[in-house]
Amino acid sequence: MTSTTGNQQPASTDQQNVTCTVNGSERSMFVPTERTLLDGLRDELGLTGSKKCCAEGECGACTILLDGRAVNSCLVLCSEADGREITTIEGLSQDGLSDLQEEFLNAGAVQCGFCIPGQVVSAEYLLRTNPEPSVEQIRESMSGNLCRCAGYERIVCAVQATAARRTCGHD
Amino acid sequence: MTEAIQHTAPSHSHGDSTVSGRNVGQPVLRYGGEDRTTGAQRFVADLEFTNALQVALVTIPVGCAEITGIDKAAALRIPGVVDVVAGVDLPSPMPRFGVSHQDRPVLADGRVNFHGEPVAAVLAETAEAAYAGARAVHVDFNELPGVYTLDSALAPEAQLVQDPALRPGDPLADTNVIKDALYTWGDIAAEEERTATVVENTYTFPMVTHFPIEPGGTVAIPTDNGGIEVYSPVQHPYLLQQTLAKLLGLPLNKVRVCAPDPGGAFGGKQNPKLEPLVAILALRTGRTCRLILSLEETFQSMRRAGCRITARTGFTEQGHLTFHEVKADFLIGAYADVAPRVMSKGTYVAAGPYRMPAVRVAGRAVLTNTTPSTAFRGYGSPQVTWATESQLDAGARALGLDGLEIRRRNLVGNGEAFVRGECEAKADGEWIQSLEKAAELIGWDQPLAPNRGRGIAVGIKPGATSGLSQSLVRLLFDGSAIVYAGTSDMGQGARTLWQQIVSDELGVELDKVSVVSGDTSTVPFDLQTSASRSTVFMGSAAVLACQDVRRRVLELYAETHGIPEEQLSEEPGLLVTPDGEVSLPEAARAALGSLRGEFIGQGTRRLRGKGHHPLGGDAAFYEFNATAIEVEVDRETGELLLTKHVTVSDVGTELNPLQVVSQDEGAAIMGLGHSQMEQLLIDDHGRIRNLGALDYRIPTFKDVPVELISAAIENHDGPGPYGSKGISEGALLCTAGALGSAVAAATGVVFRDLPLTPETVWTGLQAADLGQPD
Repeated sequence: MTSTTGNQQPASTDQQNVTCTVNGSERSMFVPTERTLLDGLRDELGLTGSKKCCAEGECGACTILLDGRAVNSCLVLCSEADGREITTIEGLSQDGLSDLQEEFLNAGAVQCGFCIPGQVVSAEYLLRTNPEPSVEQIRESMSGNLCRCAGYERIVCAVQATAARRTCGHD
Repeated sequence: MTEAIQHTAPSHSHGDSTVSGRNVGQPVLRYGGEDRTTGAQRFVADLEFTNALQVALVTIPVGCAEITGIDKAAALRIPGVVDVVAGVDLPSPMPRFGVSHQDRPVLADGRVNFHGEPVAAVLAETAEAAYAGARAVHVDFNELPGVYTLDSALAPEAQLVQDPALRPGDPLADTNVIKDALYTWGDIAAEEERTATVVENTYTFPMVTHFPIEPGGTVAIPTDNGGIEVYSPVQHPYLLQQTLAKLLGLPLNKVRVCAPDPGGAFGGKQNPKLEPLVAILALRTGRTCRLILSLEETFQSMRRAGCRITARTGFTEQGHLTFHEVKADFLIGAYADVAPRVMSKGTYVAAGPYRMPAVRVAGRAVLTNTTPSTAFRGYGSPQVTWATESQLDAGARALGLDGLEIRRRNLVGNGEAFVRGECEAKADGEWIQSLEKAAELIGWDQPLAPNRGRGIAVGIKPGATSGLSQSLVRLLFDGSAIVYAGTSDMGQGARTLWQQIVSDELGVELDKVSVVSGDTSTVPFDLQTSASRSTVFMGSAAVLACQDVRRRVLELYAETHGIPEEQLSEEPGLLVTPDGEVSLPEAARAALGSLRGEFIGQGTRRLRGKGHHPLGGDAAFYEFNATAIEVEVDRETGELLLTKHVTVSDVGTELNPLQVVSQDEGAAIMGLGHSQMEQLLIDDHGRIRNLGALDYRIPTFKDVPVELISAAIENHDGPGPYGSKGISEGALLCTAGALGSAVAAATGVVFRDLPLTPETVWTGLQAADLGQPD
């Protein structure tokens, strides 16, 4: 059988301005319309803490908070973020390590580290919306964040320890 | 001294080591951990390079084809596309590279041999233009009848995956078998005479992919001295340096490999793959070239060999093993990579850690038109262990014994040979302790709820059989220290250990020890980061380098203070003088005096191989693990709920208990991946049908057993520093065996084909209900 590959459809040349609040500061990007928010954050704003793995919303390595909700930034276009508020992993440690980040380290949850920014953002979202999650709730809520080093048990410990710190009034 | 760690915590029992170091043996937090939690850690895709060309790969959607034409015109018209490079644009003959065989072309050489093999590379000013260019390249090809299964590869008139000319002098060159292995001892015919029960079965183990969360990539920069600088998250930077030097005709000093920490590797990032292509593109264009892979491209770059194992095993009436015959065919890919060695090292332990009077193990590494398989945590051991452990259970069922008892009766004692014959291997630990501990922690004798079953299994894996690690340690004037160690820190936490060791050996505070790795131009040679070898090899090198520093401090202190050297002595962290003990950093400062400066120590740990040994030498240590699983089977859906999973590893000494538990739990869950859900599916055209995260399932938070218990046996009997052994692979060696055994106990149905997906289990249960043979 003789076959041919090749698709002459060119890349889109349309570009647009996007302005959003990122980690408390107003930021603008002039980007192709098909640019994902993940690529925009990484390539335009230099915020490389959000990681790219599957690029199809399955692994959670690119998790950010968009208007306070955890989303896969690979599934959001830059244009959809116009006028909205974004918190990335960089925004969670502006005043040094957060209690959650400390507990990730204390629990031994951090191995290769590539998934960890997304895990931390997802866990932060969980704790903001459910301050005292059960183990089952943690596993359910975090199930969109893959960790191939499989530090899952350690991460559950870290989330529980953080919840305990926060509900006891410690920071 | 023998000491089993007591089970003290609900989730793990680690950290009661008797090692008395201030830091060694303690759960010291991960070196570099903060940056990993804040996103500041720079992986290869996070590094910035000015004026870099972005590279995208052109592939075709079949596994085997002759390329008849490549039309670049449409791609070159796309704004930003600078060049399209195909195989015909590279030097002829096509440059090839490899570990055991120099068989892998830099780009497809007129023929595509596996789905995803790059046919051409597009270079562009932006990534978007590069991808558009890659889509626009026209490739004309004739699909060829590829070889995608063991049966088609081993058929008498099978099409050859490789041109025999690539394997000169190889008697197997006219077949798809790239390497075979045969291990035999004892007299099987004689043993059959006293055998009461024989079990014979065939088992399969799926092709699975590493799925590192970091897909990875390569950046190559031409340097002004005619050399090249390459950034790649590789496990073996020095091997990559050597490979590139040879391919490019450069001396080693002109090839600098910088290895940013891999974001997960698991064996998949050991050997060169696309780095030679990117380096050649950089030299060709005179510009920095950057290739960042997608997850799908990672799937097409690395995988574990699938395996089919037929085993025939004999037992006496008392359940003692009499003989074990194994035929193991490893389905490797289109190029050798290290797959031949994966086969020979895996089959070497195919008789397990048992007292086996007679054995015949025949292994073959079989080429197919699929992704080249490579090292993957456990190497070839999980495949053969699945079969051998299942055979132990088959024997136990036939004899009315349970899985624990039959292993007790056959497991070798410390110092006893489990591989016999010319290249024998002896147990290097009190392995029975791990087995008993696992049984205790799972509650082996406790009553079971309905639809539940328990299984127990053991696994071994040979550590490195030769090796070389070199380390430098600088004790600086102000009492801080820098250790240079070429181990790639890919998640196992190697640098944390070097920090702990140097802190204790030099008496320097932990936070005043920094570690430099991942740069062949500044860090001394390390053979590789694999086989869980680094603790033993690089750890020893770091200890030796510290001893070298201490000796140099002593000598200069004697000279500057006018004290005869024989009146001074040194020990970890201290210089002992006639006037009393002085901390080493203080003594160093006093000895250095007003000129300041520093002490530089060097340490080398070398293990020479044995030429005649089939593995190239005796293993420096063995990883031994016992795993016990309790499972609940939903007979309506075939779903498995793991209610309890216990892993016990024989670790020698835990240098960092927190890191041991992380590695052990991680390996256990990764083992559940290939046992329960993971498998690459190849269609009739050689295409991977489940290419990517949507269709290829790996364990998530929800797949973690309800209760996961990791424990360690510490007898301080390893060859590494403070009696340590390597630990990072043990917990996945026998996961499948323990799970299969538990499912059989719960259902009465035996499964021999992994993974045990709900569909597989449900289908098996239905067949059993209908009275069909399993």
